[in-house]
Amino acid sequence: MDLATLWFVIIAMLWLGYLFLEGFDFGVGMLLPVLGRTDRERRVLINTIGPVWDGNEVWLLVAGGATFAAFPGWYASLFSVAYIPLLLFLLALIGRGVAFEYRGKVDSARWRRAWDTVIVTGSWVAALGVGAVLTTNVVGLPIGADGNRIGGPLAMVRWETLLGAAAVAGYAIVHGAVFLALKTDGDVRERARNLVLRLGPVLLAPLVALLLVIQLRYGSGWSWLVLLVVLAAAVVAYLRLAAGREGQAFAGLGVAVTGTVVALFAALYPNVLPSTVDPAFSLSIAETANSPYTLTVMSWVALFGTPAVLVYQGWTYWVFRQRISAEHIPPVQVP
Amino acid sequence: MDVLDLARWQFGITTVYHFLMVPLTIGLALLVAGMQTAWVRTGKIVYLKMTKFWGKLLLINFAMGVVTGIVQEFQFGMNWNEYSRFVGDVFGAPLAMEGLIAFFVESTFLGLWIFGWDRLPKRVHLACAWAFSLATIASAYFILAANSWMQHPVGVKFVDGRPQMTSIGDVLTNNTVLAAFPHTIAGAFAVAAAFLVGVGAWWLWRNREAADEHRQVWRNSIKLGALTGLVAFVVLVISGDFQGKLMFQQQPMKMAAAEALCSTEQPAGFSLFAVGDVGDPDCENVKSFTMPALLSFLAHGDVSSEVKGVDDLITEYRERYGTNYPDDPALGDLAGKPIEYVPNLPVTYWGFRLMIGFGALSAGFGLVALWLTRRGRIPRSRWFPRLGLLAIAAPFLANSAGWIFTEMGRQPFVVVPNPTGIDGVWMFTATAVSRLSVGEIWTSLIALTTVYGVLAVVEVFLLRRYIRAGIEGVMPPKPTEESDRDVLSFAY
Ligand code: HDD
Ligand code: HEM
Ligand code: HEM
Repeated sequence: MDLATLWFVIIAMLWLGYLFLEGFDFGVGMLLPVLGRTDRERRVLINTIGPVWDGNEVWLLVAGGATFAAFPGWYASLFSVAYIPLLLFLLALIGRGVAFEYRGKVDSARWRRAWDTVIVTGSWVAALGVGAVLTTNVVGLPIGADGNRIGGPLAMVRWETLLGAAAVAGYAIVHGAVFLALKTDGDVRERARNLVLRLGPVLLAPLVALLLVIQLRYGSGWSWLVLLVVLAAAVVAYLRLAAGREGQAFAGLGVAVTGTVVALFAALYPNVLPSTVDPAFSLSIAETANSPYTLTVMSWVALFGTPAVLVYQGWTYWVFRQRISAEHIPPVQVP
Repeated sequence: MDVLDLARWQFGITTVYHFLMVPLTIGLALLVAGMQTAWVRTGKIVYLKMTKFWGKLLLINFAMGVVTGIVQEFQFGMNWNEYSRFVGDVFGAPLAMEGLIAFFVESTFLGLWIFGWDRLPKRVHLACAWAFSLATIASAYFILAANSWMQHPVGVKFVDGRPQMTSIGDVLTNNTVLAAFPHTIAGAFAVAAAFLVGVGAWWLWRNREAADEHRQVWRNSIKLGALTGLVAFVVLVISGDFQGKLMFQQQPMKMAAAEALCSTEQPAGFSLFAVGDVGDPDCENVKSFTMPALLSFLAHGDVSSEVKGVDDLITEYRERYGTNYPDDPALGDLAGKPIEYVPNLPVTYWGFRLMIGFGALSAGFGLVALWLTRRGRIPRSRWFPRLGLLAIAAPFLANSAGWIFTEMGRQPFVVVPNPTGIDGVWMFTATAVSRLSVGEIWTSLIALTTVYGVLAVVEVFLLRRYIRAGIEGVMPPKPTEESDRDVLSFAY
């Protein structure tokens, strides 16, 4: 494998890390009013991700930075072509981020309700946005010979974009609910479990549909296997959750999202950004890759950096492994 | 306004805004880690109170630094895609390193620090504070290395129409970043220092009659802040002087503009202030009050040396980098027009002076506060807290002025040519911008500015509220019942 392809794989892994980790953050935010009936329960939800959501978000920043450092043409074209969707996505992340920190800082029902709205809307928009942009990146954008957009601000939106948005949003809800079932106790845990057991298959349907579309359009023999793995992992996750083994269900979803990322990036290869205008305008790994020197430097950084990140982020999850329930939540104590 | 103007406004607004939170975070993080260390080592409750109080304000501010930083990361691709394509081989590397090496540590260990008070052994918890604060400083280094490369490209050669990196070592040890780093970090400490002094002064004055048990917290904070501010100022002056010398070599036009120095002088005087229009092209209407020969000294460490003026530099730049923009329709109004090599003179001239002036003001108030509170004295004048709170603004303004000067002074280039070589590696701002529609960029400019405006109100409201609540607002209540033992010591 040459360095450019290695970096294509690394970027896929960064996206995997992001979807897996912030996937449940989004889910928790989206489910805030559904699973948290009282303020105390909503605080239970928020505190399951309190110590970790910012670290999870950095996976996205590093995926973006790595794309810039390895394939600047990809970074430059994708971000400017998908301008308005990205703007909405950024606004959503801004809102969510401050809302977690500020929600509990004033003891007033109105204040908390306002921030709850920001968290819920922000989580929905962000999850839909990730799905939309990632999927469109795979099926192609309207880019011309110079890598810039042909057509208006929303020229990138296609039906696959919408399917991709629904796929990631549905996955995030399931993932978030399973995470809550794993991390909480009491009513919230029950409700989260029931939600997945009742609606899980429906919520994951768009994801399966998306993977089928991708398979039929770009797939080969072996990629059917990936689709099978995703399906099997989802079924196993469902059954393990029904059996009360939340940890195993969570791991099952991890396998499913891994398969999803593999399928998406395999469909993309050897391009990084296909053009829907003319295949000749598509940006490929080879054309957009940086010089071997830069990629070598970045490979060394990744070689030492990534394992360290995994170790200390893993340790954080260990430190905060305890389940949280309404009894653990201290009374509101603010000036 | 066209796409170029709007993109520049957007970058300026979002970055200046981001850089209001950033220096406070960098400065406070390390000071809070120091306070916590003092607590762990001495066990004195006063240090715990300081840690909790300033730590809370740090967190309120940090959240805003994070969310505004995300915009920065994406903005290069969104608004400056031609720039990203051109510099990608060099510029992306420090950005990615910042994420991988600094942001991961920062975000993870801050989470551990916030929620880990009762779950981690004391010393491990303290180590988290240090990891967090050192990571904020590391992140500054990487991003400044990226920025310094734009001011002074090194470690590259020109291949196939774009710079290609030849040495990451050269990029990371660019003399420009070696000077800008201590300068910017010291600027960050100046901000945190003024914050400590101002808030401390207000509290000390508020409880001047009825001394409560927390008085020592405010005395310590004022002292720590004032001393930090003084040291920071010394570092700022030394590193700033060094930066100035580099700038004369690397960006002579920026320095001439900062001095509104129209024609070459030998020796050149340093203009203290000017009346009239410093932006006037023929310099006749400006009356400048100068310190003779000081500019020569700043530039070359020699009072009699020659300093080049704007007029001569224009001729030089035209010869080297061309007289007109290419006749490319993508450049819009600028296509084929003459290149304006002189940056905005009033902005550079006054930016430079405001930076130095405001910085000196805040260090000065620190000295005054130290004097007024010496040996247990409590100032009675109402002016003490008023000026203290006002003085908090000074280093923020100095930082912004410094950056606006640095960034606008490098126009019309986005990547300034290295005068000592590396052919071809420069880029005009006009050619760097994405080919977007005016409507799109207006949308994002309005949306971001509005959201930032609202958030500024929220942040100031919260900071004010927690400052007024003082120590009572942040210390955990004494545990009373047995059942309380299961309760988290901190929860959102
Ligand atoms: C001198 C220091 C400095 C400067 C000039 C900048 N930043 Fe910054 N940035 C920081 C120092 C910093 C910081 C102190 O490290 C922050 C504040 C809050 C945080 O998480 O880290 C930060 C936050 C921060 C974040 C969020 C990190 C997170 O989620 O934890 C991003 C993506 C950026 N910045 C990116 C940028 C870019 C692209 C800049 C250039 C235009 C920039 N910053 C200027
Ligand atoms: C250290 C990281 C930084 C990088 C990589 C950086 C890079 C850039 C870029 C790419 C532009 C747009 C192109 C241009 O107008 O020339 C710009 C403009 C600008 N930046 Fe920076 N910048 C950094 C830090 C800052 C900070 C901290 C501030 C202020 C607090 C700042 C203030 C500005 C302003 C005011 C402009 C607009 C200037 C103009 O267009 O006339 N920058 N910078
Ligand atoms: C006598 C004191 C000072 C001198 C001689 C000085 C000098 C300079 C110079 C020459 C630059 C431009 C560097 C460039 O364009 O590459 C600069 C930038 C800057 N200054 Fe200062 N400065 C002083 C005080 C301060 C103070 C007090 C602050 C803030 C509290 C400050 C904050 C900044 C910032 C944030 C920048 C832009 C970032 C950078 O290029 O490092 N400066 N200063």
